[in-house]
Amino acid sequence: MSAPAPLARMVRSQARFELRLALRNGEQLLLMLVIPIGLLLLLSQVEVVDIGTTHRIDFVTPGVLSLAVLSTAFTSLAIATGFERRYGALKRLGATPLPRSGLLAGKALAVLTVEAAQFALIGGLAAALGWSPHGLWPAAVALAVLATIAFVSLGLLMAGTMRAEATLAGANLLFLVLLLSSGISFPLSRLPSGVEHAARLLPSTALTDGLRAVLQDGDAVPLRCWLVLVVWALAGVLAAARWFRWD
Amino acid sequence: MPATPAVEVLDLVKTYGAKRAVDGLSLTAPAGSVTAVLGPNGAGKTTTVEVCEGYRTGDSGTVRVLGLDPRRDRRALSSRVGVMLQAGGAYPAARADELLRHVASLYADPVRPDELLERLGLQAVASTAVRRLSGGQQQRLALAMAVVGRPELLFLDEPTAGLDPQARLATWELVQELRAQGVSIVLTTHAMDEAERLADHVVVVDRGQVVAAGSPTELTRNGSEGLIRFRAVPGLPVDDLARALTTQTTIEEVAPGTYLLHGQVDPQLLASVTSWCAGRGVLVEDLRVEQRSLEDVFLSLTGRELRT
Repeated sequence: MSAPAPLARMVRSQARFELRLALRNGEQLLLMLVIPIGLLLLLSQVEVVDIGTTHRIDFVTPGVLSLAVLSTAFTSLAIATGFERRYGALKRLGATPLPRSGLLAGKALAVLTVEAAQFALIGGLAAALGWSPHGLWPAAVALAVLATIAFVSLGLLMAGTMRAEATLAGANLLFLVLLLSSGISFPLSRLPSGVEHAARLLPSTALTDGLRAVLQDGDAVPLRCWLVLVVWALAGVLAAARWFRWD
Repeated sequence: MPATPAVEVLDLVKTYGAKRAVDGLSLTAPAGSVTAVLGPNGAGKTTTVEVCEGYRTGDSGTVRVLGLDPRRDRRALSSRVGVMLQAGGAYPAARADELLRHVASLYADPVRPDELLERLGLQAVASTAVRRLSGGQQQRLALAMAVVGRPELLFLDEPTAGLDPQARLATWELVQELRAQGVSIVLTTHAMDEAERLADHVVVVDRGQVVAAGSPTELTRNGSEGLIRFRAVPGLPVDDLARALTTQTTIEEVAPGTYLLHGQVDPQLLASVTSWCAGRGVLVEDLRVEQRSLEDVFLSLTGRELRT
């Protein structure tokens, strides 16, 4: 009598739906586009902090790409999901044929789509400002995808365990902390050495360092970056699967 | 072979901390009919329905929905069961039609969303964000989301709470039409007229237990041979009145100023009531000989004091 739609169609539909909602949301657009692009323009054109290189744009762009992943896959996603949970939207979707894995896949697909658009926009703008990245894009994309898995799971962990208001505050606060402590806007070597070593263990730092190694220096991604991201992604996925609450 | 019941609950217990929200509740909702779960706030209606929907698990007891386990077989049931939550369940930023279309896309053969929007009087607000819809419009959208997948079984948790009379009627008509198409419906309500109007079976629940069950007629027939309802000033000494009457009667003040009198109703009894009142200078208004309503049954079963 009544049957579910094929899983692939459900996931595509969920991703489209998530995308439309995200693009309509002013705060999310601010996080996903305005802040990264503003930071790209500001840091590449104005000497706010001494970054220790003459070709500023080559240093700044990988950091801003890293920031774009952080804002979309973590901050935006956590806040939006926190409120969806609070309004019972996730609970209601739980009664449709869309399985939980399908909801997560839909969210991840929407996040990756936004990130692709961010990379194209930020990369294009940076190129216009004189950015000349080195090759190894596959490594950069792999880093971004791995970091996305880590951030999405951590964002969902927050949204699925805390009150929506706490998620809103916490996700914004972490965004700010990570922005300042992940080498996104200035080299980590300028931090006190104890803080620097702790900061190297953050997923956002691993992503930034990895992107910079590849795109600025044309080197291979340091093993440390892969390790840090894999550990965070594994821990995040396991913790989210264990503790995420849908209602 | 009898058809599998739409819902079968046996000895369900669910406690929250020290409170037994559901306390050994058993009910059967036959297939193809409307079953109303009636009860005051906090009686355990929503908890029971949410166990049937697979949102919660009972501490003990068995629950079968379309013959399946609502938790273990949730995937298999998800396309066959439609759910309308009591509150919320929508994306506030989504447009009404966008949300309904999305939910429709999760089913292989959904009802056309436009058809439902028009049916429920929502086409004028189709492109309005959910958070800007009135409470009644949000309720109707939730109903549309529950039926768009052509479910065999529909759970409606207080579907008409807060609706205006027109929207209520539109909802009732849709429920009756779905029932005519063979859909099984379980609805919770504390609106007696809704249960009386829609339900084939009524299950009265109080303090987590079933206190009465049957068709509306069965439930109201009891004692219907003699019932007088009248209004007068509140606080009449009903025991005095009962003693003053010659035949065996019971009298209760079911609401301030509204009295119900059960007994062998005849012209003599009517005359005695009015003359007793006249003797006290009390004007009897609106005196009627009538059937017990479901509301009377409900109040006599669940008591009159306010629930927290």
